[in-house]
Amino acid sequence: MNPDFSGGDAWIDLASAVFMVVGALLSLGAAIGLLRFPDLMSRMHAATKPQVLGLFLLLAAIGLQMRTWWVWPVLAVAWIFQLLTVPVSAHMVGRAGYRTKHLHRELLAADELEAVVQKAAAEAARRDNHDDGENHQ
Amino acid sequence: MMPVVLAVTAVIFSLAAGGAIIRIARGPSLLDRVLAADVLLAILGGALCVDMAVNRHLNNLMLVVAISIIGFIGSVTVARFVADRRVNPHES
Repeated sequence: MNPDFSGGDAWIDLASAVFMVVGALLSLGAAIGLLRFPDLMSRMHAATKPQVLGLFLLLAAIGLQMRTWWVWPVLAVAWIFQLLTVPVSAHMVGRAGYRTKHLHRELLAADELEAVVQKAAAEAARRDNHDDGENHQ
Repeated sequence: MMPVVLAVTAVIFSLAAGGAIIRIARGPSLLDRVLAADVLLAILGGALCVDMAVNRHLNNLMLVVAISIIGFIGSVTVARFVADRRVNPHES
């Protein structure tokens, strides 16, 4: 009826189409990163792209296509839930990768976990020696 | 415009899923495979989102949330499993 409304509709369609294609390209970028990066840490860097920004773009495309306001809080809850769970699993995988030495040390710019690990190992060794001394007495 | 977007995203998601599956098959360590499986789940969720956006329904939204929960629990569980298999915990 009103050409302004149909023009706005076309623009919303265009925006959601761009969101969908860019979100899909982020998935492709993650796959290329998984295939080409040399070790676990850099692959983790690539893997996070579709989980956070890609999902955000695709959920925004759903919200734009549905043309209703009540759907946005539901989509926000879905995205925030992903945002809360992804760092925890990435932390666990990164720790496990560090402990099992699945990393190329020469590629690291900084290793802030090294000092913590050394300190904990020294602490544990000191405690073991202390316990042995008490047992012998 | 929507059928074109659907075709383009289908091709891109297929290539991405193929790359993730290659990394699952080839991955030198267990953690690489877990990471690639997580990415594969993210790609699946993205494909469900595109389906919802193109066809204008919300039937799969709970499935997308459930997929993120499954990916979270899966990677955390396997990461604990790998961390507990160390021979000497005081090394490293």
